[in-house]
Amino acid sequence: MNDVNAAFAAAAGLIVDADPAVLGIVMLSLQVSVCAVAIAAVIGLSLGALLAVTRFPGRGAVVVALNALMGLPPVVCGLLVYLLLSRSGPLGQWGLLFTPSAMIFAQAVLIAPILAALTRQVLESYWEEYAEQLRSFGAGPCRAVPTLLWDGRFALLTVLLAGFGRASAEVGAVMIVGGNIEGYTRVMTTAIALETSKGDLPLALALGIVLMAIVLGVNAAAHALRGNATRWAG
Amino acid sequence: MFRCLTLVMFALLSLPAFAQERSITIASTTSTEQSGLFGHLLPIFARETGIAVRVVALGTGQALNVGRRGDADLVFVHDRAAEERFVADGAGGPRLHVMFNDFVLVGPAADPAGIASMRDTNEALRRIAAARGPFVSRGDRSGTHAAELRLWQLAGVDPVAGRGAWYREVGQGMGPALNTAAAQGAYVLADRGTWLAFRNRQDLRILLEGDARLFNQYGVMLVNPRRHPHVKVADAQRFIDWIVAPAGQAAIAAYGIGGEQLFFPNATVPEPVS
Repeated sequence: MNDVNAAFAAAAGLIVDADPAVLGIVMLSLQVSVCAVAIAAVIGLSLGALLAVTRFPGRGAVVVALNALMGLPPVVCGLLVYLLLSRSGPLGQWGLLFTPSAMIFAQAVLIAPILAALTRQVLESYWEEYAEQLRSFGAGPCRAVPTLLWDGRFALLTVLLAGFGRASAEVGAVMIVGGNIEGYTRVMTTAIALETSKGDLPLALALGIVLMAIVLGVNAAAHALRGNATRWAG
Repeated sequence: MFRCLTLVMFALLSLPAFAQERSITIASTTSTEQSGLFGHLLPIFARETGIAVRVVALGTGQALNVGRRGDADLVFVHDRAAEERFVADGAGGPRLHVMFNDFVLVGPAADPAGIASMRDTNEALRRIAAARGPFVSRGDRSGTHAAELRLWQLAGVDPVAGRGAWYREVGQGMGPALNTAAAQGAYVLADRGTWLAFRNRQDLRILLEGDARLFNQYGVMLVNPRRHPHVKVADAQRFIDWIVAPAGQAAIAAYGIGGEQLFFPNATVPEPVS
């Protein structure tokens, strides 16, 4: 128990002191995961929405594949992106390996299927409800997609939060493609892994507590935003 | 709501972490990074040259592989045989001596194999095998793993026979291996730097040290720019020149933990012709 108490004390110390090194790590974590969610949202939301309103042969297989990709292990995703971005790989000339951009790339690959699969799930139920009505206005799938995305925006906020949670919690992919370089690609999760391997378990746990506090803050902000928006909309 | 989100996004994107600076990337080992040596050396080098150094800390095998793929400008590692293969393959070089320290044989205070009073690693390893350890091996093709396998070979013991029983390959870095050994009351070979910086020792302690076979040499090599034209030759060479020159060597000698010097510069010792 002493270690856990020490961890909470250390976490409080880290927050109160606003240690610049820790602050930099926190900001980079947010930056990487928010950018990854933004990129994955563009791909995932549109793909999921399209999948919700269209029917074509093989659609079932696509849905199953997307659902399966939700379970893509971060370390496998990291390895794939590593091989792509390595100087000896197909995208090597971009020189992105061991940079924050590579980490955004990897996290976006990791969570785009999650956003697409959950978006499809959410919007399919809306589509079942509205399909008749939208068709009677003469709206095809292409017109229906923006309408559905807008009507489902509150449910989709939760989908985005799920993506953000996955992105900010994963360590396997960013460790491989970022390299955990101090002051450059070190984020919360890789810092926690590093402190664990150095045997400084209280500090590692303290960083974990800080990370959870941040994730809690982001979720609380989203919840408040949604509450306000619903009131205005109502 | 969305204007607010846009503002947040803008604030996040405009952070300086994406700014470009003059920098080189070193593929190195966990021992140099986690012992705090780089944390001590790199600010000095950056002050003198304006070059930021980004360190990717991996096991030696993996670090050499990163160099082979051209994903670092230079490698700074500690497995002589593997380094010589790296140079012979044309992946980089020439290989220069930088510094040395030593490995230590760490184990539980209870010392079930009774090696604490010994000076000879051959005899100690035979005893550990006879007492069925347990022994934690890095198992990750790192420099320390290579050294450990060499020591078993010198002792004439094949630890692989004990795999899954007393010989436990964790396939991870020095820190996780020490964490495992601490939890299981096992013996483990560690580099002295990581050991000194390691915090979760529980009842682990150094049981054997000082045998000449425990010598641990570090070397540095430029990644071959003819094979990988993007290698920042001038800045990377500047680092190599600095680390083997008196300024860099003195900076290495000045670093210690708790008054104990961790690494001993020996760049002036010429590479023996083999």
